[in-house]
Amino acid sequence: MEKKANKGGGLLRNNVVQSLLASILCILLGLFVGYVALLIVNASGAWGAIVAVMKNYLYYPSAAAQLKYLGSTLVKTAPLLMCSLSVLFAYKAGFFNIGAAGQYVGGAGASLYFAIALGMPWYICILAAALVGALMGAISGALKAYRNVNEVISGIMLNWIGLYTVNMLLTTVKEPTSPYTTAVSKANSGAIIPNLGLSALFSNNSYVTIAIPLAVIVAIVIWVLLEKTKFGYELKATGMNKEAAKYCGMREKRNTILTLAIAGGLAGMGAAFYYLTGIEQWSCSQTSVPSMGFNGIAAAFLGGLHPIGAIFSSYFIQHITSGGAYVDKTLYCSQISDFISSMIIYLCGFVFIFKLAMNRWLDKRDEKKAAKTHQEGGEA
Amino acid sequence: MLLLIQYTLIFASVLALVALGGCFSEHSGVINIGLEGIMVIGALGGALVMKYMSASAPAIVMILAVMLGSAVFGMLYSLLLAVASINFKADQTLVGTAMNLLGTAGATVAVRAINAAEDASNVSSTIQYVNEKKAFLVYFGRFEFNWFMVVAAVALVASYVVLYKTRFGLRLQACGEHPQAADSVGINVIRMRYAGVLISGVLGGLGGIVYITAGVSEWKFENGVAGFGFLALAVMIFGQWTPVKIGLAAILFGLFRALSNVYTGFDFLVALNLPGSVYNMLPYIISLIVLAFTSEKSRAPKAEGIPYDKGQR
Repeated sequence: MEKKANKGGGLLRNNVVQSLLASILCILLGLFVGYVALLIVNASGAWGAIVAVMKNYLYYPSAAAQLKYLGSTLVKTAPLLMCSLSVLFAYKAGFFNIGAAGQYVGGAGASLYFAIALGMPWYICILAAALVGALMGAISGALKAYRNVNEVISGIMLNWIGLYTVNMLLTTVKEPTSPYTTAVSKANSGAIIPNLGLSALFSNNSYVTIAIPLAVIVAIVIWVLLEKTKFGYELKATGMNKEAAKYCGMREKRNTILTLAIAGGLAGMGAAFYYLTGIEQWSCSQTSVPSMGFNGIAAAFLGGLHPIGAIFSSYFIQHITSGGAYVDKTLYCSQISDFISSMIIYLCGFVFIFKLAMNRWLDKRDEKKAAKTHQEGGEA
Repeated sequence: MLLLIQYTLIFASVLALVALGGCFSEHSGVINIGLEGIMVIGALGGALVMKYMSASAPAIVMILAVMLGSAVFGMLYSLLLAVASINFKADQTLVGTAMNLLGTAGATVAVRAINAAEDASNVSSTIQYVNEKKAFLVYFGRFEFNWFMVVAAVALVASYVVLYKTRFGLRLQACGEHPQAADSVGINVIRMRYAGVLISGVLGGLGGIVYITAGVSEWKFENGVAGFGFLALAVMIFGQWTPVKIGLAAILFGLFRALSNVYTGFDFLVALNLPGSVYNMLPYIISLIVLAFTSEKSRAPKAEGIPYDKGQR
């Protein structure tokens, strides 16, 4: 301990500070690569486009409009945060929950079906969404625990199975003339998550509901669960060394299933937090899995795999994703945001090596300093 | 029935090519989750060649040029995985996932930019190749034979020979089983792993172009390749990382994938009156079931997914 105290650069050695620096570096590099891509597409408007992505709702001149669209970005941040919590929770135990995307789809199907077809109140719909997500996660978990199936591959398969099943299920509650599901607010206004006056804060943006603070509360609950409980400890131990955890008497099979079920529940609940605001109707002719779950991976890693960090990183990812809608459509397409966020995920792969290099650099600096003082001491 | 065989063979070709790609990468010790993204980028390369070449070019030139375009694009793209996972010891699953997302997003941005540059009102991410595609096809009566089926068959045989009958292949496999031991007898693990990943890039890229020309003559790049890269990984696992079994597994999976294209042609399937979504789901459901029964006795290369550390025992 004492030796550690002697080392210089105390702040820079702090793990949280290093994670933060690494994330900022990822963001800057990601934006830079995005900028280069824009330059290649069309040099003259590139700077304007990257600024538009970064500005998002600040595009509007009036404060009221800005507030309103900030609200919309936050509405979409809530499900993203839930997905990123799902990914990071599983990752702490050593699982890569790429199935979050499908669990999200399952949650969307369950919440909308319970809301429109069964006329249930919002809290029951959220519960149903969480349960369906958890079930899908548990399938991946059971396959992993008992049949040694890689959770990434089973997750992807379940993503597609989930998408086609939900499309089939929700076709029963769609509008007769369009591929979209009936608006929840019309079919069953009791299924809309209450806003308790929150929407008044955002220029009466009616989609702003208590789903947003709920998602933040869930993040804190996950943080407590991971850091302060026996289950969280076992989970992380299993993630670090499965064999050792088993040797210590932890039931690693049960923990595997439970971990992925909880992760699935989080993603499923996230979908309810989104679709039960009424901001978007499900299109029953979707042929690709919604990107929310995949962006959750970006947010989880960008947030340094910390539940509180995820709150901020989710907001950032959603901010630039929404910002993509404001680029000049005659020159560029909105997918530039997807491009930037996937670039950021890629760069997050280098975080470990970044921290390693940083610690080495600090060590070297300390050594030099130590050698210098030693020398000076010798001369005197 | 003929149509079913035709689609089965073409989808099996895609799966075999991509699964062989995964096979090379994993035998060298690198898990390639990014095959899906590599397929998209490879498909983009081939589609661009078709777009800019005149449809009147001789068939053989067209085929070779398209294959070259896909292979080069796929290989260059796989460098992203190679650099991150071999040189920088990054989490291979994370990097692969990023590559899948980046592939679709990047291809969409690129195609939209190209389309918009030609015609400002065209905001689609679609490339058409109706006439160019004819170069790949030969008709035997009503059976549409595709040259890519031959390419896949050749790749299967070549992979078998390379992996089991050449010094390179055996060395490659040593790097996936026990890299420290391989290093101790003078094999350059880093170079071998690069070779494995780049070969997977070439095969994945080829698989991509075959996929987007199978049965359709235009492709909307926003849609990616619908999880086909992952189906190929399932084929690879079911095939226990060996070319011969991969070939058989690819035909089985190809059959289920083909059903969703042609089920309307079978009276007894239509009589079941199942929605089309059920057939779309089928390959994924089958692969889950198959994986559940084959993963336990996995013959996966022992060191796959673990960054090479010289000092480790």
